[in-house]
Amino acid sequence: MSTQNMTRRAVDREQKSGPEPQQGPPKKRRTSNVNVPVTVLVAVLSLTVLIPLYFTVVTALKSPDQLGGTGFELPTSIHPENFSKAWELTDFPNALLVSGIVTASAVVLTIITNSMVAYAIARNMNRPFFKALYYFFIAALFVPFPIIMLPVTKETALLGLDNPVGLFLLYTVYGLSFNIFVYTAFIKSIPPELEEAAIMDGASHWTSFWKVIFPLLTPMNATVGILTCLWAWNDFLLPLVILSDPATRTLPLVQYVFQSQFNTDYSTAFASYLMAMAPLLLVYLFAQRWVISGVMRGSIK
Amino acid sequence: MSVPRLATGPAKNKLRSQTVNRTFYWMVVPALLLFVVLHTVPALTGIFYSFTNYAGYGEWDFVGLQNYVNLFRDDRILSSYGFTFLFAVTATIVVNIGALFIALLLNAKIKFQTAFRGIFFIPNVLSVLIVGYVFNYLLSNNLPLVGRALGIEWLSTSILTNPDLAWLGIVGVTAWQSIAFSVIIYLAGLQTVPAELYEAASIDGASHWRQFTSITFPMISAFFTINMVLALKGFLQAFDQIVALTGGGPGTSTESVAMVIYRGGFQGGEYGYQMANSVVYLIVIVVLSLLQMRTLQRKEADFS
Repeated sequence: MSTQNMTRRAVDREQKSGPEPQQGPPKKRRTSNVNVPVTVLVAVLSLTVLIPLYFTVVTALKSPDQLGGTGFELPTSIHPENFSKAWELTDFPNALLVSGIVTASAVVLTIITNSMVAYAIARNMNRPFFKALYYFFIAALFVPFPIIMLPVTKETALLGLDNPVGLFLLYTVYGLSFNIFVYTAFIKSIPPELEEAAIMDGASHWTSFWKVIFPLLTPMNATVGILTCLWAWNDFLLPLVILSDPATRTLPLVQYVFQSQFNTDYSTAFASYLMAMAPLLLVYLFAQRWVISGVMRGSIK
Repeated sequence: MSVPRLATGPAKNKLRSQTVNRTFYWMVVPALLLFVVLHTVPALTGIFYSFTNYAGYGEWDFVGLQNYVNLFRDDRILSSYGFTFLFAVTATIVVNIGALFIALLLNAKIKFQTAFRGIFFIPNVLSVLIVGYVFNYLLSNNLPLVGRALGIEWLSTSILTNPDLAWLGIVGVTAWQSIAFSVIIYLAGLQTVPAELYEAASIDGASHWRQFTSITFPMISAFFTINMVLALKGFLQAFDQIVALTGGGPGTSTESVAMVIYRGGFQGGEYGYQMANSVVYLIVIVVLSLLQMRTLQRKEADFS
């Protein structure tokens, strides 16, 4: 009971002390003196994002003979067969499944393992082993992927990891450096008395991590989860060098193969691009506030 | 709630002085092993092979520092470094100025603030490769039309086929995609600036520009440092956008270092040679990141 109360209190405090971007200024101020010229300027600037998206959508709906002109005209007739054609040519359901499995596994495994590692390190920073470990992982932040790309490809092939399993394992360990950075900073703000109390009540370190600490990490788990998801879903170079079987291509990789094989059929190509962008874009449209505040939180810690 | 008080006394010291609980090792060791196998071992074997003439298959011999010497005589390598730096520095500057500007606008008292923030973050949820393909079409078909209509000669053909201008197209597309993320980091920074500071400055009659240079920028300089370091490091690794836009061309004018490593290492039988390139590239990135952090942090200190 006591630990639970403590936990709840710490959560409250965490939420109060952490800057909450969405709540920001009170609504009264926003409606009472809106800066109209700036709003107009922002609206005009937002067209730089919206116009290319609009262009992608209309191009995907046109037949090849409607292309040309400025490209921004609305289609005179809609051609849904572009999508069915792209669906078949790229074997879309399969790529979607591979991307989905890799991304979901990477996110779950990353949150579980990386938070554990960060917790063990954050609570034992005074011990040489854990301190060394911290700097060992942080140092890897400076090692960009292209540098180990050649040997890691050979090694994954050797270990039989040149498949989606190897891919999500790689996302999990390659995210470690950055995530440890984010998690340890956050864990240091959680008073150690919390777990110590649980341990004195008879809980093991293991239970106290899962029952006390892990729930407190929820905001950071969300941040790490969002960033891992965006990375694993959109990444191109890692699947390109790791995956050996064409049947296990991820969505970006399929676009690459598609582009080099059918580079003249632009309508179908755009339908294919749109289908590859759509899943994450839809999720984002519904979870927008959440995604943005998650990313913001990660940068403050 | 007497629990925390109990723990602050001698009990706490007792707990701390115990040897590390074995659970902590179990939490760390599996991930550590995976990391060593998939990150450290490849990095070390890579360094090892950089001293050999290994082609990626078959026999190999030690060649000492021969690969490293050859790198500095290889025009293709040198020009890839030239392009990568030109691109990365320009993109870093463009992205940071653009993102800071947009973040300031989004932080002002505007209508539909949340919706606009949502819109500006969209490019970041899209794959760089696919964004590159879409812009490839726009730049090679639509932009020349605009150029012809306006009678601008250098715009009337695709800039991606022009060896002198293609890099600008890559910078533009990269900026379009990456500004989103930097905007969010700057917005997070702007939220940390207390509103009272602006109120006080307004009472003292400080102009908007003065408020920006004397309050806003110094207060968010840590976020500026983060963004500059992350952006430069990220752009030095450019690969996806180049594959989608120019494929390294025309000729080899937009080949980045990552691309040369990929092509030479996987397709050109230059495994050992490209590993030497990777080692040099790693040293360059580490040195640059550290230098950048030191100078930017010194600036930060000056402000406060």
